Amino acid sequence: MRIALSVNGCVHELDVPAHTLLVDVLREHLGLTGTHVGCDTSQCGACTVHADGRAIKSCSLLAVQAQDMAITTIEGIGDAENLHPMQASFREHHGLQCGFCTPGMIMQAIDLVENNSELSNISIRAGLKGNLCRCTGYHNIVRAVQAVADQRKAQGAAE
Amino acid sequence: MYSFQYHAPTSLAEANTLFAQADDPIYIAGGMTLIPSMKQRLAQPSDVIDLAAVDELRGVTVNPDSVVVGALTTHNQVAEHQALGSVLPVLAKVAAGIGDNQVRNRGTLGGSLANSDPAADYPAAVVALGATFVTNQRRIHADEFFVDLFETALSPNEIILRVEFPVPQRAAYAKFANQASGYAVVGVLVADFGDSIRVGVTGAGPCAFRACGMEQLLQADFSAGALANSDVPNAGFNSDLHASADYRAHLVRVMGQRAVQKLLEVTL
Repeated sequence: MRIALSVNGCVHELDVPAHTLLVDVLREHLGLTGTHVGCDTSQCGACTVHADGRAIKSCSLLAVQAQDMAITTIEGIGDAENLHPMQASFREHHGLQCGFCTPGMIMQAIDLVENNSELSNISIRAGLKGNLCRCTGYHNIVRAVQAVADQRKAQGAAE
Repeated sequence: MYSFQYHAPTSLAEANTLFAQADDPIYIAGGMTLIPSMKQRLAQPSDVIDLAAVDELRGVTVNPDSVVVGALTTHNQVAEHQALGSVLPVLAKVAAGIGDNQVRNRGTLGGSLANSDPAADYPAAVVALGATFVTNQRRIHADEFFVDLFETALSPNEIILRVEFPVPQRAAYAKFANQASGYAVVGVLVADFGDSIRVGVTGAGPCAFRACGMEQLLQADFSAGALANSDVPNAGFNSDLHASADYRAHLVRVMGQRAVQKLLEVTL
């Protein structure tokens, strides 16, 4: 069926079977391979993207369902010259090892800091429950997210 | 995933007509259970009817003595709704503990309840709060809604529009979550309405139910200790690799006590 999808600010018109998942359209049709498929069973969070600004698992949403949403992928939040603050913080704090879970972690972490004014080690770990890191590199991931949360809080206090 | 016809009706009447015309149709809301089931080929509907554009299923209304939540309201919308959180905080807390953040951004109240997963959190809340389901056909009290494992009183073409929650004087939920999935191995919600006490249990049996024995004990003595030796019959309880029926019966007693403890702490 014909669908129109808004991805990273660009509207794409596609012809795909109704059972096509959003993540497959992103990767196979639009070439946006920054969004990963880890478990394909809604557990690992590697496929996390934003739909209307909130984190969702793109392996658990049909592409046709996403038609009225503004989809943002890891490619849409920054690039090598202009890293998103969350990307910069992951680099700064070594919040990645093999890097496979990183795009999903970053998309979820952005949702977390944007929707919670107070974040602690415990609430960050709870907030990242839907994202698995097989390298078990959680310690530095939590540090990276905490740093951005602290930055935002300091900026909010200064304004 | 098997192929299917996809429809996105914009009214209840259109949704009902599409459903009536299809071979083996299914309604979809957030799809947090349905899509993974279809991917694993555990479900093979001929037609998927998406309710996302049906406005009658949206909206949250907060009154001093009742809260009405539209079926399409996501778990995070419930968890983050300020007026709802101040009038019926226990529901916001239940919603905030469902699944993970990504699931809470898609999963809906109506979808979760219509699915009647034995380990879902919301069923304990609607049972303990004595909520009423408003469907496109009738009103159903929570006591009559859950029938069995993944089975409710809903007829195949019936759609939950909204759920009306009475506001208790105080209430608290305690769950023993599976460490990997976050699903309730057992969850108990205790609600004190002043003249009556209701206890809803999820996770233990094939579907959510009221623990009438615990309600009577709390009516006589509203303390965690009153439940310490409560008799929880384990007949028909779930028994799987996560917990035996006996252990689940034990957890009902312990989660009941923890819910009462939490409830008393909040109001001190």
